[in-house]
Amino acid sequence: MDLAVETQQLTRVFTQRRKIFRRRRNGENGESEGPVTALDHVDLQIRDGELFGLLGPNGAGKTTLIKILATLLLPTSGIAKVAGHDVTKDPLPIRLKINMVSGGESSGYGLLTTRENVWMFSQFYGVSSKTAKARIDKLLHTFGLWEKRNAKVRNLSSGQRQKMNMIRGFVTDPDILFLDEPTLGLDVNASRVIRDYVKSWVKTTAGKTVLLTTHYMMEADELCDRLAIIDHGKILAVDTPENLKRRLKKETTFRLEVDPLKDTSRFKTIPGVKNFSLKSDGGASLEKLTFILEDEAAVSDIVSEVVRQGSKIHHLQKTEPTLEDVFISMVGRSLE
Amino acid sequence: MNATVNRHWRSFKWAAWLGWQIESNWTEPWLFAIYSVIKPVAGAFILVLMYVVFTVIGNVQDLARFNFVYVGNAFFIFVGNTLFGTFQVIQADREWYQTLRYTYISPISYYTYIVGRAATKVAVAAFAVLITIAFGVAFLGIKIDLSAWELPAFFAAMALGAFTLVGIGVSLAALSFLTARHVRGLAEGVPGVFYLFCGVLFPLTVLPDWGQSIGKAIPLTYWFHLIRQITMPADYFAAVPTGLTTDPLEIMALLAVSATGFFLLSIGLFRLMEYLARRAGKLDMTTNY
Ligand SMILES: Nc1ncnc2c1ncn2[C@@H]1O[C@H](COP(=O)(O)OP(=O)(O)OP(=O)(O)O)[C@@H](O)[C@H]1O
Ligand SMILES: [Mg+2]
Repeated sequence: MDLAVETQQLTRVFTQRRKIFRRRRNGENGESEGPVTALDHVDLQIRDGELFGLLGPNGAGKTTLIKILATLLLPTSGIAKVAGHDVTKDPLPIRLKINMVSGGESSGYGLLTTRENVWMFSQFYGVSSKTAKARIDKLLHTFGLWEKRNAKVRNLSSGQRQKMNMIRGFVTDPDILFLDEPTLGLDVNASRVIRDYVKSWVKTTAGKTVLLTTHYMMEADELCDRLAIIDHGKILAVDTPENLKRRLKKETTFRLEVDPLKDTSRFKTIPGVKNFSLKSDGGASLEKLTFILEDEAAVSDIVSEVVRQGSKIHHLQKTEPTLEDVFISMVGRSLE
Repeated sequence: MNATVNRHWRSFKWAAWLGWQIESNWTEPWLFAIYSVIKPVAGAFILVLMYVVFTVIGNVQDLARFNFVYVGNAFFIFVGNTLFGTFQVIQADREWYQTLRYTYISPISYYTYIVGRAATKVAVAAFAVLITIAFGVAFLGIKIDLSAWELPAFFAAMALGAFTLVGIGVSLAALSFLTARHVRGLAEGVPGVFYLFCGVLFPLTVLPDWGQSIGKAIPLTYWFHLIRQITMPADYFAAVPTGLTTDPLEIMALLAVSATGFFLLSIGLFRLMEYLARRAGKLDMTTNY
């Protein structure tokens, strides 16, 4: 089987001159000085026709990986190949086959219309006029932007601009599409439409590959054939969502709702606790704890620790593992 | 080979189209037309003022001298706009429209794209020069002597000037791949240097020796000289001695060499800066002033 993307020992280090400047000015403290390793010897293989997801907390290196694969950024060391070509030595044949869309940003020429904007980019790729026109019309309808086809981009809302950028990504009919948080900041409906479209595009057209990053577990679970969990620039696991969840079946997931706790550091030291995460619903009086246990017997120790701190347990439940639990188990904290 | 030509043509064509859309971004086309005429004319009025001051202080009631200043300033519009139009492409796309990353990863030639974006500015600037000259001829007694057989030389000179300027502009633009702030100052400073040392406002002989040396080292000095030689009446041209050679072919050859030189420099700088920016992760930075 052919590989759409392949990396070997891919590493990217950022030297942080800008941050040092900022610190001097503001007298900021706490952040580590010196270079940041955004990608740390990453080995990854994405097959042709896969819908592949990258899941990881803020700063994990997801965007960095996408930028390198999209020929926007050079690796510090290691190899990255897209459609069989090396991103460093041979970017042009890659560029003919890829496109990229990042959510949560509002790029575009404000003085062009929605249609003109997308049209111009299609022409950069040499798409024939007839094909481009047909595709744009269809995509404008699909993404609910038909009414705004002749509106100036500067008059679009940020969500509408994001939809326009999705159209820009699909209009060139790339073989490999990089989507960096495509549904960030979109309403439920729009997110739904985008997910459905991405999925059907990969599944119904031969030879289309998507690499997608997201912070939404549901999205990753629902869309992706395979997922990589990434943290601190390292790939922690690569598998199908099903298999990732199955791995956890050996472990037990418990959810607790308790009064706010003074100190959660002790939980980690209880034998049998693999990992746990804490969510306080901002301002609400309850805290939600999720425990991944290697040994169910640890529950009694957890309960007595909560009681020892004078807190009360409102809810205790053993659950089927979700993708989020997989994440907590590996990364040691939840995504949100 | 054919694919390469295609790619450059595609890049140029759509960049020029975009440049034109941005340049003519007026809700009413006739407003744009009027603006295109008014702006250079307004510029010419400032020249009139300058001349009044000039004559009052210096007591030079010399038509030839006024012609010299006027023609120089009119063609300087071309210099300033071409330079700035080329230079600002990267910054506008990166910081303002935030499209640079998407344009950059598309299968175009980004170098050619910059030139395409600048093309509209060059055309609009050429038009402004024309309007300024026409205004001067109609109302300020400016004399232009451009016969049909001189036209090829004139267009050749304009083309060589444009090549040189675009070459300098792309070189500056390439620097702005890496830093935004410092290059902006440079892009405003360079035309200023040209204005002072290239014999735009006064002949080079007015400058001290070191100033003349600077002027003679900048190819645009010869360009202004050649443009004046072609467009001004012979007696006016002869009345303001500049200390430069008056052999048009010699100047043409010199300009051709310098245009080639700046073209090669711009390609080299562009490649280097593009590589460094891609390595440093600065292709899509925004400076957030
Ligand atoms: N241009 C840059 N200069 C310096 N450091 C950078 C640069 N770009 C990214 N980094 C650093 O590299 C690390 C990885 O960043 P990256 O943007 O890849 O994370 P991410 O996984 O996309 O995070 P998020 O979920 O917040 O989008 C971070 O620590 C970040 O600060
Ligand atoms: Mg990111």
